[in-house]
Amino acid sequence: MTLNQYIIEARNLTKVYTMGDQKVHALRGVDLKIEPGEFTAIMGPSGSGKSTLMNLIGALDQPTSGELFIEGQPLSTMIPPALADLRNRTLGFVFQQFNLLPRADALQNVKLPLRYARHEIIDADARARECLQMVDLEERMDHRPAQLSGGQQQRVAIARALAGKPRIILADEPTGALDTKTSEDIMKLLVELNASGITIILVTHEAEVAAFARRQIHFRDGLIESDERSGL
Amino acid sequence: MKLSVAFASAIEALTANVLRSFLTMLGIIIGVASVMIMMAMGAGAKAQIEAQISALGASTLTVRPGATRRGGVSQGAGASTPFTEADMEVIRRLPFVQAIDGQINSGVTAVSGQTNWSTQLIGTNPGYFEVQSLDVIEGRVFTEREARSGAAVAVLGQSVVKELFDGINPLGQRFRVNSVPVTVIGVLEGRGQSSFGQDRDDIVILPLTTARNRIIGAHPTTSKHVSRVEVMVANGYDMAVAQSDLEDFLRERRRIKPGASDNFRVYIIADFIRARSETQQTMGILLAFMAGVALFVGGVGVMNIMLVSVTERTREIGLRMALGARSTDIMAQFLTEALVLCGTGGLIGVALGFAGAWIAAKTGDWSMSLNVQITLMSFGAAAAVGIFFGYFPARRAARLNPIDALRYE
Ligand SMILES: Nc1ncnc2c1ncn2[C@@H]1O[C@H](COP(=O)(O)OP(=O)(O)O)[C@@H](O)[C@H]1O
Ligand SMILES: [Mg+2]
Repeated sequence: MTLNQYIIEARNLTKVYTMGDQKVHALRGVDLKIEPGEFTAIMGPSGSGKSTLMNLIGALDQPTSGELFIEGQPLSTMIPPALADLRNRTLGFVFQQFNLLPRADALQNVKLPLRYARHEIIDADARARECLQMVDLEERMDHRPAQLSGGQQQRVAIARALAGKPRIILADEPTGALDTKTSEDIMKLLVELNASGITIILVTHEAEVAAFARRQIHFRDGLIESDERSGL
Repeated sequence: MKLSVAFASAIEALTANVLRSFLTMLGIIIGVASVMIMMAMGAGAKAQIEAQISALGASTLTVRPGATRRGGVSQGAGASTPFTEADMEVIRRLPFVQAIDGQINSGVTAVSGQTNWSTQLIGTNPGYFEVQSLDVIEGRVFTEREARSGAAVAVLGQSVVKELFDGINPLGQRFRVNSVPVTVIGVLEGRGQSSFGQDRDDIVILPLTTARNRIIGAHPTTSKHVSRVEVMVANGYDMAVAQSDLEDFLRERRRIKPGASDNFRVYIIADFIRARSETQQTMGILLAFMAGVALFVGGVGVMNIMLVSVTERTREIGLRMALGARSTDIMAQFLTEALVLCGTGGLIGVALGFAGAWIAAKTGDWSMSLNVQITLMSFGAAAAVGIFFGYFPARRAARLNPIDALRYE
């Protein structure tokens, strides 16, 4: 079946936010197909709808119209617990503001999604250590976020996204709060993860960051303006 | 999510703000402690009443002459024809009668050597000891024969023994009751104070005939009178049925025409105590109600703080949802927090309740009775409050939309 060829497929997606009597058309009919293993960067001016699209793909929000498929499954047909399980086992989120629990140490933060895992019985502790090892932070696992640098915090957040062995990582401006050097480290890490087979979608303002991805999509006013693959 | 994990994260969340958690718990603590003390009081009062009833005879009917007033005790008891030993003889033969005694009473002075002691004289027959379930700890009680013949023998309460014969063996001692010499043949077991505050050991018991003929004197119109008759109802007979049977029997014997009012009264002593205990029970219900209000107020406090907590942690809830928490997981998380909060408050409240009941029993004149059931019920009340008042905030958290929660400022 053709559907299954794409890990993510959006068909004529629209999203309209209503604020009082004002309507904001954040997405105006987006069509997008992403193949398994792709590394896609989404760029575009502020307010062009990048985050809105990411939230829809992440099953955190519902589109106004159109359909979204994750691994061939139409999200509109899924009930809330199924969407929660999808977020838990298929998707991994990386946020601009890291979103770590301030009172929990790195290990506990990485274990957090495993608390909600229903699919398999895993040794949560071992898995969390493994993920921290992947981001090169196993010696800092008993540190709280406040005791870590921004780059380290983002790596903990990536380890947390990895904990449930996701097939897709959604990163909305993951380097937005980091300096250039640290941003580069984070990007190298994402490239490494992509090489291991994880599909990555990344939102960024910076061309240098986007350059790490093999596909660049430009957004403008809720529509895809351009969609290019770098010849590799 | 595993239960142990849920508890661990609830404790973590609550210890994040210890002072706030404690202040929230305070209402629950006070509520549970007062629920517990109230129930201990209620149970204590009930136990005390039962003890009084069994001390006075749960199966005793008391018969006195005098007009009946509906809904009250007639005080002009002596005004009408008294009962006599002949009445006792016929009542004794009624099927439900296990034992019977007739009494005459008088205040007397007991004199031994240089000691004068004002005490209460009871003239009665040996049935008295059975009806009152009284035993002697020394010597014996008098016999039917001694009672009939008017022997000058006495059975003493312990207070009288102490006043008259302190330190010496009272058995066989002679002393005078209003100048009539009698010999001590028995000493009663101690009974302490009555619920009305009388010293029940301050009595001298003589055979009925002796007391009437030689000390008190006969009634002006009836020679073999007794001032009251007490009947012990045999096992297996209903008290109320026995009471009305006895009334019917006495109306006939005293030739009271149908419709005319009785010139005697038969009452169940236990009923008086129960009636008296009703005021105490009303008090108990009132106090229990107040404890319930305290618990309710505590619950509202818990709900309030849980709502604040849900609002403060909206982003955290959004994050958890993004990481795969279902609504039910979020619901469970906040319900567990409310439960842990109330459960901890409940435990402290139970401890405080124990302490409070103990202090009240020691210092005040309260009789307290604590048991496992009361403890479990008090703790259960706290848990119920936790679930009840935690439900609404937990549901609010569970119903949050993931993206709105995540972006909440
Ligand atoms: N929750 C919301 N309510 C109302 N308008 C919103 C909301 N989220 C985003 N928008 C609007 O939708 C448009 C697209 O926003 P967004 O997807 O966040 O843009 P980007 O991430 O590309 O900067 C913007 O005009 C923004 O103001
Ligand atoms: Mg954005």
